[in-house]
Amino acid sequence: MLWWIPFLLFQLQPPLEIPEKNPHTTSADVEMGKRLYLGRCGGCHGPTGDGGKGANLAVAVLPRAASERALYRIIRYGIPDTEMPGSLMDAHEIWQTVAFVRSLGQVPAVAITGNAQAGAEVFRSKGGCLGCHALGNEGGRIGPSLSGIGARRGAGHLKAKIADPASDVPDPFRLVQLTTKAGKSVRGIRLNEDTYSIQIRDFNGNPQSFWKAEVAAMTSEKKTNMPSYRNKLSETELNDLVAFLASEKGNR
Amino acid sequence: MRLLAFFLTLPLCGQVTHQRLLNAEKEPGNWLTYSGNFAGHRYSPLQQINDQNVAKLVPAWVYQSNSLQKFETTPLVVDGVMYISEAPSNVTALDTRTGRTLWRYRRTLPDDVRVCCGQVNRGVAILGDLVYVGTVDAHLVALDAKTGAVRWDVTVADNKTGHSITVAPLAVKDKIIIGIAGGEFGIRGFLDAYDAKTGKLAWRFWTVPAAGEPEAKTWAGDSYKRGSAATWVTGAYDPGTNLLYWGTGNPGPDWNGEVRAGDNLYSDCLIALDLDTGKLKWHFQFTPHDLHDWDATEVPVLIDAEFRGKPRKLLLFPNRNAFYYVLDRTTGEFLLGKAYAKQTWAKGLDDSGRPIRLPGTSPSVEGTKVWPSVAGANNWYSPSYSPDSKYLYVAAREAGSVYYFGNAEFKAGEQFNGGGFRSIAGEEEWGAIRAFRPTTGEVAWEYKLFTPPYSGVLSTAGNLVFGATAEGQIFALNAADGKPLWRFQGGGTVRSNPMSYLSDGKQYVAMTMGNSLYVFHLP
Repeated sequence: MLWWIPFLLFQLQPPLEIPEKNPHTTSADVEMGKRLYLGRCGGCHGPTGDGGKGANLAVAVLPRAASERALYRIIRYGIPDTEMPGSLMDAHEIWQTVAFVRSLGQVPAVAITGNAQAGAEVFRSKGGCLGCHALGNEGGRIGPSLSGIGARRGAGHLKAKIADPASDVPDPFRLVQLTTKAGKSVRGIRLNEDTYSIQIRDFNGNPQSFWKAEVAAMTSEKKTNMPSYRNKLSETELNDLVAFLASEKGNR
Repeated sequence: MRLLAFFLTLPLCGQVTHQRLLNAEKEPGNWLTYSGNFAGHRYSPLQQINDQNVAKLVPAWVYQSNSLQKFETTPLVVDGVMYISEAPSNVTALDTRTGRTLWRYRRTLPDDVRVCCGQVNRGVAILGDLVYVGTVDAHLVALDAKTGAVRWDVTVADNKTGHSITVAPLAVKDKIIIGIAGGEFGIRGFLDAYDAKTGKLAWRFWTVPAAGEPEAKTWAGDSYKRGSAATWVTGAYDPGTNLLYWGTGNPGPDWNGEVRAGDNLYSDCLIALDLDTGKLKWHFQFTPHDLHDWDATEVPVLIDAEFRGKPRKLLLFPNRNAFYYVLDRTTGEFLLGKAYAKQTWAKGLDDSGRPIRLPGTSPSVEGTKVWPSVAGANNWYSPSYSPDSKYLYVAAREAGSVYYFGNAEFKAGEQFNGGGFRSIAGEEEWGAIRAFRPTTGEVAWEYKLFTPPYSGVLSTAGNLVFGATAEGQIFALNAADGKPLWRFQGGGTVRSNPMSYLSDGKQYVAMTMGNSLYVFHLP
């Protein structure tokens, strides 16, 4: 949850002149870019760039980076209010990474086979997704907001997550179960925690706060409360739902 | 009578002589230098606030800074006036009783100030009737202690090449000692002494050699030219040896060691300089050929104690590289070294104190996981030594980083990192206040923190240790056993050091939290 603190130690400098086009695009640059990418980017965006926790980069046009200069800026400075951090790589290395990322656009991403319209119906009815997740102003706050999820997550990752939610639990949605010394039991999502206290949103959506001194027992684990939909939805419904979520690209 | 009362309650701005600085412990109501005394103890002999009553501590007043930069200052207090620096390079004098402003110095800065890690300042120095501050555009400025008017302003270095000043100066004898920052810009590091009255440069010690000097052989080719070894944390002084003890920072570039094969002197060292001449008496290098940005810019702590049966003048140093060191401060002899937080980069230290590196710990293009983290097991914030408990208190960080190797092309004024770093995904980082037995490095007690702290500690004669969490709590622990006795949520990440003083004969404890300075007292 506090993973970003080290980045504050190194404040990024104001932008220097950045050319519009990538000046480093030789095959050696792409090869070096691949190594840089695998070390720094592949963990979220996937080794082949087809997305995962990070956005799908294996597309002809990147929604947030229409130009090479825009992509350079995103790699250098990150995207505010997202999980995308900036980088201390030098200009040459960033351009090499840009060269590799743009080469990914030639690779077909995981194909989206479902029907987004049918998926919207699954999302609202059988899936019951709004019970926990927000979409625009609708829905709950127990799970992460799905507004714009299609721009942030690859389709393959979305499908895997719906089938096996425990495969990747975002840190801000850590499941906590605690019992107070007075005998009260609470399960919920961790909102905040420090040396002395913890704040939880229970499954009725209510925020609750406890001094750790009042707590008799507590488990705070990277587990998820989301059930697996592997056996709840048919393969077609699952693909439709993925198609719907992948189409959710803007903020509502 | 009213006039007399006025003078009794506001004895503002007496002359601060070197004699007073030397005998700081004789006036415990004041806080005259960055660490409270020249020995770097950050210890207050005050005991009105103590383990019996600290639970009742409440804020007396709060001063809010207008700057949203990190607020890292340690206030100085002299005879009823508090002098603080504020980001980026401002100074404010406050009345210690009311928290109201007496004067301000506001510096106009260029638009494109070049600093690696925030336009911050850690405090001022005082000598005679002048208050001294270093600025992020690399000037040293002397202000009239009564008015804040500029008495002199000298250029220490050029900010366009990445030189800046964030360190609190140290006033000793007739000199103002000032370090430089810029370790991420490939500067040539130095430590300067200026004449306190005139601002004339008295001496400069280069922490990176010139061509032809023997130390240049510890740098491949001409890599010494971009060697960094900045001096951005206030050191200590011993009038007995007449030596200044100062830590030096990382070699440049931070994470690409291939371009600077060799030990890279005097990066990551403790240097002992003759105060009068600036000549090097001895040095000790903690991390030869550093590859992880582990600056040795921590506060050295000087104590006289029996070490293995012999009374010795010691220098204690809990280093960012996760080892705790004890040196003989007369000769620089290595006496003891011991890991005090999780580390995975060295098998240990050899008999001379040199680390025995483990293979596979160098930064790589794909990333190498190493403990401690880039911010280290300790950092610039202060430790504390209590002559009562005889413990050294350290805010320790338990975390690792993924370290990247990268290009290292030098352009003056641009960052010269040669790689980068990130947190280890899924790692549960944590921290602790630890009390060491200084001559053995054994931990007497530990107070666990939920996340790694980024703030220092103060010990007092009231059997207390004050510290803070990254989540905004300041707390007091029993200095003897580490039991928590009091805490307060200040509403912002703490990146500073606590201190204590008297005002009208009453004890206060002060610390910045978030963008505010909190001052506590017993109601």
